[in-house]
Amino acid sequence: MNTINEAVKEFIGLFVDDGSLAIASIIWVLIMAFACAHITAIAEWRAPIFALGVAVILVENVVRSARK
Amino acid sequence: MTWTHAGPALIASFLASMVEFVEALTIVLAVGTIRGWKSAMYGTFGGVALLVLMVGIFGPALNHIPLHTLQLVIGVLLLLFGIRWLRKAVLRAGGKISLHDEAAAYEKTRIKLSGAVGPASTLDGVAVVTAFKAVVLEGLEVVFIVIATGANGMLIPASAGALAAGLVVISLGIAIHKPLTRIPENTLKYAVGVILTSFGTFWIGEGSGMAWPGKDESLFALATVFLVASLIAVSITRSYTRVPQPETEVAN
Repeated sequence: MNTINEAVKEFIGLFVDDGSLAIASIIWVLIMAFACAHITAIAEWRAPIFALGVAVILVENVVRSARK
Repeated sequence: MTWTHAGPALIASFLASMVEFVEALTIVLAVGTIRGWKSAMYGTFGGVALLVLMVGIFGPALNHIPLHTLQLVIGVLLLLFGIRWLRKAVLRAGGKISLHDEAAAYEKTRIKLSGAVGPASTLDGVAVVTAFKAVVLEGLEVVFIVIATGANGMLIPASAGALAAGLVVISLGIAIHKPLTRIPENTLKYAVGVILTSFGTFWIGEGSGMAWPGKDESLFALATVFLVASLIAVSITRSYTRVPQPETEVAN
């Protein structure tokens, strides 16, 4: 059981290191997916806005980690 | 298939897989050197066999998932995977956390394994499990990288990239029998973090119906955006981690 728990932890660890970064990224993906499904305006700007949002999330997280 | 289409998948897969192969090699080398090569090879080949089995079972299942769903799921996983690498690489470059050191990783495994050692000809359970675990974990990452970077019909170039990386690392490992400390792993990890974050962002966009300007070529623009953002983050991190120098009196 311990080995399985350890394997699951190691697998999750491949994708999640800092929980707040993972949560912020997923929330941003959900917001943009919702926007794509329900908002028709500025269709051509969605992809660049999404990419910039990811970049902002990264910088904010790193700065917060650097301050600690 | 043109170089513009296949190139990003091949290069991304090659660089990312190289990092994983180097990490697996370090542990297998430590196991082989301390506990004997027979155990190290059993663990390694056992790990490779399990990976081949998993790819054989789960690989064909991917064809049954609708393309947009697959792109979205892989995109989210790849974004989490890539941004985690990039965050760590930025914090390392900014001096907040220490640089990854293969020599230190080798030494850590060596100390862990340097208990009672039996004859080199007998199988050593601890050594087999250590090598097996390293190969399976790093190998899973390679499999994921190949699937993720080749998700748009580019599985062949992505696989070729990973295969080439494996051949390079294994050849170097056999030739020098030491951890590959001269490979600039931290720089490589930084570059791979930028590339994988770009791929993840791109796939999420494709999977959720966003239109990328310039289609596949937008990957280069994405890589530029994440590189610039990460360099800004490095610079800010350095300003926080810089130790203030004691003021010295200037003699008049």
